[in-house]
Amino acid sequence: MPHDIENHSHSLLPSEPELKVKAIESALVNQGLIDPAALDEIIDTYQNKIGPKNGASVIAKAWIDQDFKDELMSNTMAVLEKYGFYGRQGEHIRVVENTPAVHNIVVCTLCSCYPWPLLGIPPTWYKSDEYRSRVVREPRKCLSEFGVKLPENTNIRVWDSTAEIRYLVLPMLPDAFKGFSEQELVGIVSRDAMIGTGLIGPAK
Amino acid sequence: MTRVHDMGGRYGDGKINPDLGKEDVFKAKWHARALAVTLASGSLKKWNLDMSRHARECLPPKEYATFSYYEKWISALANLLVEKGVINSDKFLDPSVNDHPLSNRKLKAADVSEVLGKGAPTSRKIERAPRFIVGQNVKTRRAENSFISGGHTRLPRYAEKSEGIIEICHGAHVFPDTHAHNLGEQPEHLYTVSFLSSELWQNPENPGDTVCVDIWESYLEPFDD
Repeated sequence: MPHDIENHSHSLLPSEPELKVKAIESALVNQGLIDPAALDEIIDTYQNKIGPKNGASVIAKAWIDQDFKDELMSNTMAVLEKYGFYGRQGEHIRVVENTPAVHNIVVCTLCSCYPWPLLGIPPTWYKSDEYRSRVVREPRKCLSEFGVKLPENTNIRVWDSTAEIRYLVLPMLPDAFKGFSEQELVGIVSRDAMIGTGLIGPAK
Repeated sequence: MTRVHDMGGRYGDGKINPDLGKEDVFKAKWHARALAVTLASGSLKKWNLDMSRHARECLPPKEYATFSYYEKWISALANLLVEKGVINSDKFLDPSVNDHPLSNRKLKAADVSEVLGKGAPTSRKIERAPRFIVGQNVKTRRAENSFISGGHTRLPRYAEKSEGIIEICHGAHVFPDTHAHNLGEQPEHLYTVSFLSSELWQNPENPGDTVCVDIWESYLEPFDD
């Protein structure tokens, strides 16, 4: 059986990561393989254009519009494409709904898979060894570190994104928010609630 | 055995720091650069997503454990650029300007939004019907690549040799175990399989909790047929 190639070319580069990335970028620019203006465009996209606001707008609409919610749950990609929330790391999205009986949490234990078009670039804790290693084994203890405590009789489902399916949690809307407008609801949907490590806070 | 990245269920990692979620999208300028250089290099089409994941997984455990997130990305990128023959390792620090044969594939700024917006769907149509149906009991095999020793696989070790239930049939998707190694897409049916925590862990936190894992058909053995 063939073995994997071991390759450590990166060690020829400066070990300081800032200098390492600069060396790679310069080499690729010198060879005509990347365009610095394209890099600026990519950075602008994920810094300013794509983020958790996208996901929040979907969640808020699902809370107030039952037909939209039914369509979102059953025909997810068609709905998201209509809103333009499609693209890299969001080609196959499923929405998983929290109920009093089940609370969903999303992780990628093997790397850092995350629904980019809906939530943007994952937060540092999502990519940390602490979260990746522990949340599948002790989700309740992990949730407590986010200040979240669930009733004993709520079962937890942890979704480990091991393939190209990306998961978005549809959080429960507390009664205190019933009657709020869609616009107001967008403002209360936190990124962590859409990953499952947060709940929707009490109405102020 | 799998590799250092396969850490689900591991003991010894400390508390999660949720405050790390309040930082800017890119904490340092070089983080943004690292992401952008990695994505733009993908347009050269010398590797696919599974190959780039595998390149990160192949960092030696000592590096993987101590490198920051984007440090893993750029180190793996440097390794890939050399391994796939894009750049000779002695060219990394060579300031001379050349016209590389792949330069016609360079990602242009004007195309960024279209390329990112298009993504790269991995679903495929195949003739073969799914072997399993929703609700069926299944058991996973060992978490190792069957083609390449030490090769890429997406079955986490904590879920190997475990019994679960088919929750969702996703249709056929590109098979990472071959796709990462120039062995083609070989699409297979993909399923979400749920495992009770009592099946996965000796001392489950709550026996009624479940872990759902996306699993390709050939990772499964039939359980009760």
